[in-house]
Amino acid sequence: MPNVTAIALIPLLPLAGFLLLGLFGRKYLKNSSGLIGTVLLLASTILALYTAYEYFFVYGNVGGVYQKFVPLQLTWLEFSPGVSIDMGLIIDPISVMMLVVVTFISLMVHIYSLGYLKGEERFPTYFSYLGLFTFSMLGLVLASNIFQIYIFWELVGVSSFLLIGYYYDKPSAVAACKKAFIVTRFADLGFLIGILILSFSGGTLDFSTLIERLTSPESNAFKTAAASTFLGASALTWGAALVFIGGAGKSAMFPLHIWLPDAMEGPTPVSALIHAATMVVAGVYLVARLFPIFSITVPGVLEIIGWVGAISAIIAAIIACTQTDIKRVLAYSTMSQIGYMMFALGVSNYGGEAGLGYTASMFHLFTHAMFKALLFLGAGAVIHYVHSNDMKDMGGLRKLLPITHITFLIACLAIAGVPPFAGFFSKEEILLAAFQNNMAIYYIALITSGITAFYMFRLYFNIFWNKPHHAHGENKSEGGFVMMLPLILLAISAAAAGFIPFGEFVSSDGRLLESHFHLSFSIAPVALAVVGIFTALWLYKKENDKPAKFASSMGGAYKAAYNKFYIDEVYLFITKKVLFNLIGRPAAWFDKNVVDGLMNLIGTITEYISEGIKKIQSGRVQQYAIYFLGGVIFLAALFIYLLK
Amino acid sequence: MNGSTIIFYLLAAMALVFAALSVTTRQIFRAAIYLLFTLISIAGIYFWLQYEFIAAVQIVVYVGGIVVLIIFSIFLTQQTGEKLPKQKTDRKIFAGLAVFAGFALTILQIYQHTFFETDESAITPTVQNIGTKMLTVDNGGYALPFEVISMLLLAAMIGCIVIALREKKNIEPQRQEDREEHKRIV
Amino acid sequence: MEPGLYHILFLSTALFFIGVYGFLTRRNLITMLMSIELILNSVNLNFIAFNKYLWPNQMDGLFFSLFIIAIAAAEAAVAIAIIINLYRSHNSIDVENAEDLKY
Repeated sequence: MPNVTAIALIPLLPLAGFLLLGLFGRKYLKNSSGLIGTVLLLASTILALYTAYEYFFVYGNVGGVYQKFVPLQLTWLEFSPGVSIDMGLIIDPISVMMLVVVTFISLMVHIYSLGYLKGEERFPTYFSYLGLFTFSMLGLVLASNIFQIYIFWELVGVSSFLLIGYYYDKPSAVAACKKAFIVTRFADLGFLIGILILSFSGGTLDFSTLIERLTSPESNAFKTAAASTFLGASALTWGAALVFIGGAGKSAMFPLHIWLPDAMEGPTPVSALIHAATMVVAGVYLVARLFPIFSITVPGVLEIIGWVGAISAIIAAIIACTQTDIKRVLAYSTMSQIGYMMFALGVSNYGGEAGLGYTASMFHLFTHAMFKALLFLGAGAVIHYVHSNDMKDMGGLRKLLPITHITFLIACLAIAGVPPFAGFFSKEEILLAAFQNNMAIYYIALITSGITAFYMFRLYFNIFWNKPHHAHGENKSEGGFVMMLPLILLAISAAAAGFIPFGEFVSSDGRLLESHFHLSFSIAPVALAVVGIFTALWLYKKENDKPAKFASSMGGAYKAAYNKFYIDEVYLFITKKVLFNLIGRPAAWFDKNVVDGLMNLIGTITEYISEGIKKIQSGRVQQYAIYFLGGVIFLAALFIYLLK
Repeated sequence: MNGSTIIFYLLAAMALVFAALSVTTRQIFRAAIYLLFTLISIAGIYFWLQYEFIAAVQIVVYVGGIVVLIIFSIFLTQQTGEKLPKQKTDRKIFAGLAVFAGFALTILQIYQHTFFETDESAITPTVQNIGTKMLTVDNGGYALPFEVISMLLLAAMIGCIVIALREKKNIEPQRQEDREEHKRIV
Repeated sequence: MEPGLYHILFLSTALFFIGVYGFLTRRNLITMLMSIELILNSVNLNFIAFNKYLWPNQMDGLFFSLFIIAIAAAEAAVAIAIIINLYRSHNSIDVENAEDLKY
C-alpha cells in the first residue's frame, strides 16, 4: 500500500519552505533562504521518486492494471450527507508521473535560481513564492476531488501572478501579471461553473465516484444529466466544455493564450518552471484526469478539444517563426507543444489500443517538461550573459557559452523530433494517434512539426552562430556550477527520456499499452524536421539579408504573424471599445450615481437625524421635562382612547 | 350653602390663586411668600377635612421648615429686589399647552370614573391612633417604613453637609479652567 | 353644592399642573424647587382625600402623606445644598447655566 506520510510530505515540504521563508526570510534567513528552499525541495523530490518507484514497481500494478489509490481522504466541508468537499491524495499513474515531473523540474529551477538571482534584494521572497507554487502544483496534481483541484488551481494562478510580477518596479511586468491573472481568472469562471454542473449531475465532487457515475449510461445521475438540455446540448456537454475552458485558460490554448507570451516578464527560471513545464500543462492534466467522462460521455467536446489543440499548435508555431524576443519564441513554442498534448487527448479513445493518444499526450507532457525547461534555463543563461532578450543582441555565443550551447542544441533536437532524442518518441506517438483517428489533425500536426524544427533552429542559429558576438569588454563567465548543473541534468533527461517505455506505465485505463514503432511512419515527420532545420541553417547560419528578403516577400502574412495575428488587438477592441463603453461605463455610472447616491443619501439622512437628536440632548433639564411630560400625556391618551 | 362649604371654597381659591402667583411672579421673594400662603391654605383644607394631625405636620414641616429654608437660600444666592429672568415665550407656550392637555385629560378621567366608598365604620385619625399604628410591627403597622424614613433623613442630612462643604480653594481655579477647556473642545 | 371628593381632586389636579407649569417655565433653580413642593402637596392632598372619602376605616393615605412630607423635607434640604454648591461654582443658579453639567 502507498506510504501516506511520504506522499503527504511531498507537497507539505515546499509549503513549509514557503511559510518559513515568507515569514522569517527577509529578516533572519537572508543568505540561507535559497539553500533552505532547495534542500526542502530535494527532500520532496527524493520522496516523489521513492513514491514513483513504489507505485510502479511494488504495489501499483495489480493483475496487469495500475490501480487508483486514495490513501488519504479528509472531509473538509460537508454540505449534506454524501456531498462534501474533501481534502485527499490520489495516487494513480498520471499523478505519480506529474509528481516526479513537478518536483524534478522545480528542484532544477531552485538550483538554477541560486545562481541566476544571486544578489537580488528579494531573494527570500522569490524562494518563498517558488515554494508556494510548488506546493500548489503538487496539491493540484494530488487532488482527489474536483473542488480540491479547483482550490489548488487558483493557488497556482496566484503564485504565477506573484512570480510574473516579481520585478514589480517594471511596468510591463506589472501589466503582464495582471493580464495573466485576469485572463486565467476569466477562464476559471468557466471551470467553476463546469465543476458545479458536473458535481450537481454526479451528486459528488470525488473524482472516482464522479467518473463512475457519469460514464455508466444506466446510472440515474447519467440519465438525469443527459435528459436536461440547454441550447441544444446536454448538461453534461456544457459541464465538460466549461471545465475544458478552465483548462484551456491555464494551458494557454487559442484564443485564451494571450497571457502566456507576456508572462515571460517574470524571471527566466520562473518561466521555465511555471510557464513551460508545470503550470501550463495543468489544463492537459485536468482533461486527462477527467478523460473517461470526456471520452465516453461527451465525445463531441473531446473533438472540440482536439481541434482547439491543433489550431493552437499551428498558430503558435507560425507566430514563433517571426518573434525576435527569445523568450517569446519559447513561449509560443510552449503553446504549440501544449496544443500537441491537447489534440493528442482529443484524438484518443478510452481503453486499449485506441487509448494511444492519451498515453502519447502524457508522454509528450513528460518529455516536453524536460526539454522545454532546459530550453528556458539555457535561454536564461544566454540572457544572463548578454543582458538582453532580443536576438539582435546575440549571435556567435557558441564559444563563449560551450555548455549552454551543447545542452541547448540537445533540447532543440529534442523538440524538433530528431531521433533519438526524447521529443521524437513522444511526438511520434501523437502523430500516430492522430493518423489513426483524424487525418485533418494529422496533417496540421505534421506541418506544425516541420515549422517547429524551423523556428527552434532559427532561434538556435541566431543565438549561437550568425554574426560574431561583440563582447562588451566584460570578462564574464557562463554562470557558476549551480547554473550549469541543472542544464546538464536536464539535457541528459531530454536526451534519454524517450527511451522510457511509457505505455507500460501510463495508459487511459491503466492496462499495459504496447507502443509499436513503425519505421515507415516516422519518415515523413523526421524528413520535415530535417527540412526545417536545413532551412534555418541556410537562412541564419551566417549573417545575411536572406531572412529580410524572405520576410518582405511574404508581405502581409509575415506582418500578421509578427503581430501575433492581431489577437491581442481584437481582445483590446472587445474589452476597451465594446465592453467598457457598453457595459463598463453604464455600470460605473450606475454605481457612482445610484449605488453611491443611495449610500450617500442614507448617510445624509443619518447625519440630519443625528444632528436633530444632538439638539435634543441639550442638557437643559426643563426641555427634558417637557419631552417627558409630552410623552406621558401622549402615552396616556394613546392607552386610554386608542388601545382600550 | 353653609359655612363649611364657603370655607372650603375660600381655602381652595386661595390655594389656587397663590399657587398661580407663586409660579408666575418675577420677584423671587414674593414667590416664596405666595408659596407659603398656598401651603397654609392646604393645611386649612386638611383642617377642614378634620385631619388635624396632618395639618399640624404640614404647617410645622412645610411652613416652618421648608419655606424658611427656601427663603434662606434665596438670601444666600440672590440679590434681593432683582427680578427673575424672563423665560422664552415659545417655551411658555409649549409648557402651557402641555400642562393644559395634561390637566384636561386628568380631569376628564376623574369625572368619568366612579369611586367606590367602603361602608365599614370610620376610625378617627387621632394622634393616639396614628402613634399606635406608626409603631406597630404586626400586620398593617408602619414601624419599618418609619425606620427607613429616619435613615433617609439621616442620610440626607449627611449628604447636605458633604455637598455644601466648601471645597479647598486651591482646587477650585483648576476646576474652572478644566471646565472652560472642556467647553472649548466640545 | 356640598364639596366632596371630586372637588378636592379638582383642586389637587390644578395644583399639580400649576406646579408642572412652574417647573417647566421657571429658570431659577429655587423657584423650580418651589414648583416641586407644589406638586408634592397636590399629591398629599390626593392621598388625604381618598383616605377621607373612600377608606375612612384605614389610615394608609395619611401615613403616605406623612412619609411624603418627610421625604419632601429631605429632598428640599439636599436640593438646596446642591443649588448652593452650584451657585458657588457657576455664580448663578440659572438652570440654563447648569446645562454644561451634561458633560
